[in-house]
Amino acid sequence: MKRRGLLLIAFSALLVFLSGCNTLTVLDPKGPVAKTQADVIIFSIITMAFILLVVYVLFVYMLTKYRASKAAPDYEPPHDEGKTWLEIVWTAFPLIIVIILSVVTIRSTNEVEAVPKDYQDQKPMIIYAASSNWKWHFSYPEEGIETVNYVNIPTYRPVEFRLYAYGPITSFWVPQLGGQKYAMSDMVTKLNFVAEHEGSFLGKNANFSGEGFAHMQFEVLAMNQKEYDKWVEDVKNTASDLTPDEFQTLLDTKFVGRKTYTSTHLTFLPPPEGEHAGHNHGDAASKSELDQFQMDQFGSENSGGGEMDHSGHNH
Amino acid sequence: MKIDHSVPLEYSTEENKNRIFGFWVFLGAEIVMFSTLFAVYFTLWNRTGNGPTAKEIFEIGPVLIETFLLLTSSFTIGLAINSMRQGLMKATMGFFAVTLLLGLGFLGVEIYEFVTYVNEGATLQTNAFMSSLFTLLGLHGAHVTLGLVWGGGLMLQMKREGFTPDTANKSFIFSLYWHFLDVVWIFIFSFVYLKGLM
Amino acid sequence: MKWDEFFVTGEPMIYGAMVSIVLVSIAIVVGLTYFKKWGYLWREWLTTVDHKKIGIMYIISALIMLFRGGVDGLLMRAQLAVPENGLLDSQHYNEIFTTHGVIMILFMAMPFIIGLMNVVVPLQIGARDVAFPRLNAVSFWLFFAGAMLFNISFVIGGSPDAGWTAYFPLSSIEFSPTVGNNYYSIALQIAGLGTLMTGVNFIVTILKMRAPGMTLMRMPMFTWSILVTSVIIVFAFPVLTIALLLMMLDRQFGSQFFTMANGGMDMLWANLFWVWGHPEVYIVILPAFGIFSEVISTFSRKNLYGYKSMVFSMVIISILSFVVWAHHFYTMGHGAMVNGFFSVTTMAIAIPTGIKIFNWLFTMQKGRIEFTTPMLYALAFIPIFTIGGVTGVMLAMASADYQYHNTMFLVAHFHYTLIPGTVFGVLSGMYYWFPKLFGFRLNDKQGKLAFWVIMTSFNVTFLPLFFLGLNGMTRRMYTYSAETGFGPLNLLASIGSVGLAVGFAILVYNIYWSFRYAPRENNGDPWNARTLEWSTPSPVPHYNFAKMPNIENRDAFWFAKKSGKSLYTEEYSDIHMPNNSGQPFILGAIFMFFGFFMVFNWWVGAVIGALGIFIMMIVRSFERDHGHYIPVKEVVATEQRLRGEQV
Repeated sequence: MKRRGLLLIAFSALLVFLSGCNTLTVLDPKGPVAKTQADVIIFSIITMAFILLVVYVLFVYMLTKYRASKAAPDYEPPHDEGKTWLEIVWTAFPLIIVIILSVVTIRSTNEVEAVPKDYQDQKPMIIYAASSNWKWHFSYPEEGIETVNYVNIPTYRPVEFRLYAYGPITSFWVPQLGGQKYAMSDMVTKLNFVAEHEGSFLGKNANFSGEGFAHMQFEVLAMNQKEYDKWVEDVKNTASDLTPDEFQTLLDTKFVGRKTYTSTHLTFLPPPEGEHAGHNHGDAASKSELDQFQMDQFGSENSGGGEMDHSGHNH
Repeated sequence: MKIDHSVPLEYSTEENKNRIFGFWVFLGAEIVMFSTLFAVYFTLWNRTGNGPTAKEIFEIGPVLIETFLLLTSSFTIGLAINSMRQGLMKATMGFFAVTLLLGLGFLGVEIYEFVTYVNEGATLQTNAFMSSLFTLLGLHGAHVTLGLVWGGGLMLQMKREGFTPDTANKSFIFSLYWHFLDVVWIFIFSFVYLKGLM
Repeated sequence: MKWDEFFVTGEPMIYGAMVSIVLVSIAIVVGLTYFKKWGYLWREWLTTVDHKKIGIMYIISALIMLFRGGVDGLLMRAQLAVPENGLLDSQHYNEIFTTHGVIMILFMAMPFIIGLMNVVVPLQIGARDVAFPRLNAVSFWLFFAGAMLFNISFVIGGSPDAGWTAYFPLSSIEFSPTVGNNYYSIALQIAGLGTLMTGVNFIVTILKMRAPGMTLMRMPMFTWSILVTSVIIVFAFPVLTIALLLMMLDRQFGSQFFTMANGGMDMLWANLFWVWGHPEVYIVILPAFGIFSEVISTFSRKNLYGYKSMVFSMVIISILSFVVWAHHFYTMGHGAMVNGFFSVTTMAIAIPTGIKIFNWLFTMQKGRIEFTTPMLYALAFIPIFTIGGVTGVMLAMASADYQYHNTMFLVAHFHYTLIPGTVFGVLSGMYYWFPKLFGFRLNDKQGKLAFWVIMTSFNVTFLPLFFLGLNGMTRRMYTYSAETGFGPLNLLASIGSVGLAVGFAILVYNIYWSFRYAPRENNGDPWNARTLEWSTPSPVPHYNFAKMPNIENRDAFWFAKKSGKSLYTEEYSDIHMPNNSGQPFILGAIFMFFGFFMVFNWWVGAVIGALGIFIMMIVRSFERDHGHYIPVKEVVATEQRLRGEQV
């Protein structure tokens, strides 16, 4: 019976899947947020497998038992309007499952939105992550350094990523540390991560943003506090400042490799939060603000403030 | 075509009944359309960027005139349908004409208002608030304009053919449309202008 | 716009397509002229207001669009088959997945369903046509104009490239400067207008034109599903119309709705799009539920189990479909409260859907199940769609969705709902109602072969995507590196897609072969079915019902057959029918030209087009067309010929 074969394949696939979890990135968490999410996913898969089992057993039973070829030649199916108690059963059965899943969802969603449980006594480290064209800018306001396309974080310390975008909506995603969130041009969104393992984790933009989307990846390097402090020290000794001009060039370039600077763009181009958020402000984190800044700084009178140069985006 | 004489002329055939019912359903879709635009407007109305705010550009005078004209026209189209049901051709045509003239007046004031905004430098391109305002008012204004053409056409048809199941049906549907535009305007008046002026 | 930018250049595949479009067009023109078929085409098809013919035209258009969207899908799978593939560049891939999405949803699934509802609904409720036959033709030609306009973007001006969701700011003129997204906004507005009119038309048809005695709770389930769907259309499509209007204003008239400056709000687009977009999903799935209800009941030789709860659950689904839209962007940062609310409403949809699944299963209990081709599609739907459904519940859990969002897991999920749901649904419906329209059945053996190939290949294509998603592969990537490890499963999926192509080729051959060789059956009821449409002769005469049936219960035809009583107790009389008209076709053509000029900002042409549209409306308003009567003698003669009965 082909249909049973199908069933067998489906369930063996499920078994292979559950046993092979650790090889799938999302189910191989390296921090508490991703761990919570992986647990929710596994729990939901088991629940759903149970539902599938019920449906499949009934399905195979009906198909094998009531086939025309097995019926007596004069068998005439009865008229059946349905039984109320059965209807109640299969309304209540999914209802209970939905209630359970709702509780799990609401609790876990609150959990992943907050600073992870065991780390709430620490002050989170803030890193701004902004996307432009097909690259990521990471600003460390506390350390006063900025990187492009890679971000180093200390382990066992809560990190609050504050996300925004220069241009199309992107989605900041580091599967092994936690789920994604959108980066947008007129508001700042937040993600709380803690890395509980040292190592290199792949991060990427998950939301389609045009030509270079497929290559819009970055590396998250989680290291212990000592190494991290040493890295900060090194950067301060070797890298140079990020000037507004340099930042403008970065914004206009489609792709760049890794970069490191000893100052952040936050000082001259504030992110779209607080008084700079889109709903309070005309030009949400747009380049005209940078133009404005440059005009103020260099006293340039002749450049028309309203005229924006978008050459960097025209591809 | 079977004509049922026990009901008003506009309902007298199967097709006429279907058309009136269908138009009600269509008005349901129109309500959704305007509701969406209202939602857009409420989302964007205080996102004024560097451009003007509602308080800065709204003036109560022209708006009151517009409201008066449109509300009155809604009343006169009701009178037109009433006359039609009594078979009074002259009165029907008269009330129709008054309705359309009032509509034209409304449109004139609205155009005047738009010109004032543009002269003050508030155009469709100025900011999100102006974009949503112009689109909401513009779509309503476009409906009124279409209504003027439609109503004019119906007057011609009634003049030519008299009261038939066709013309009665069309006129009745037109009156539904016109009342609907009035209702939309009441919402615009209360939630766009009065709210903006507060 | 410079002339050298007018035609899309630089792609050998597109050159090939241009050449083949020209050749096919010439072949059609020459063929029509040679066989002297222009008059036939005009009289019988282009000017028709017959719901059956309009339905057939919808279905043919849908099949053509299935081919176009399918080729897009195959190209995507070919590109992703191996890492670092150079078959397509980024821009081309972006255009292809955009058009694949738009075409499959709006120009394949929608018209296929609207086609089936056109064909079937009047027959199921005992009506001679829809409430507004002329409007129905207008709906079709507006849809067709929109579809054609959207499709020419591929050779003239360039296709849209911002995804079928066209999120701002990516789809703004700043980041997508080609006319591609102008095509998107304008073609979809035109087609959407047609769909809205269809919704209005079928609400009136179903509520006002049922045969005597057919109360709402005696209607066949397919008609019920269409009633609910039409209500969703009327409430959802205006939102799309407005969203697209604002998009057009932003892109072409410089307004600031979704811009990044001057107060614009990109998130507003996402909200508007999905306020339409999620109900849209149910617009294409509920009719399929209706089809499965008819097919499963017919081939189990049993009435539908839990009719009332089936109706009730559809109504609940339609209401819930309007309050779940934010689950498409849990990751937009609106906090745990809002996400929690939308999670619960979304998961709640699983309850009425579950009720339906169990009702179908219990319809088969104690039945006499026959495995015909339509039944196979309906049966395969249950286990496969359930996978789509339960993964939907998984996606509905906001915390976990942060990990699924924008990944191949999501892509797998919606293909697991839309293909077994909508595609199997319409294929099942096509096989099931085909004899009603043409008087013969599609060959069952070939049909079954096509079914098994399609069903198996579907799973081979889309099951791997669940795992790819959990392994971190995002959707819409035009390439990936070998180190990601995405290679093997992608290759498997691509092999599956070839199988899908083979399956559909068999299906097309099945239709072709059956037209030529299938035995013609003089039987109005070849499946021994239950509902009113099967009480008419096949192919159905143009007036559908010679006498009005008198309905006393659900599945009235079934009980009439069993008791030997006829549904038709009236005497023959003259039949009033609507006249054909060329106006809808002309209106559609004008709309297409109007849209084309709008796309390119050629205002003179656009203004002329707009005037043309107004003139057509005025002409229609002044026209008096009360249809015509088919004399009773002709009706009697036709009935005798078709039914072979003595009167």
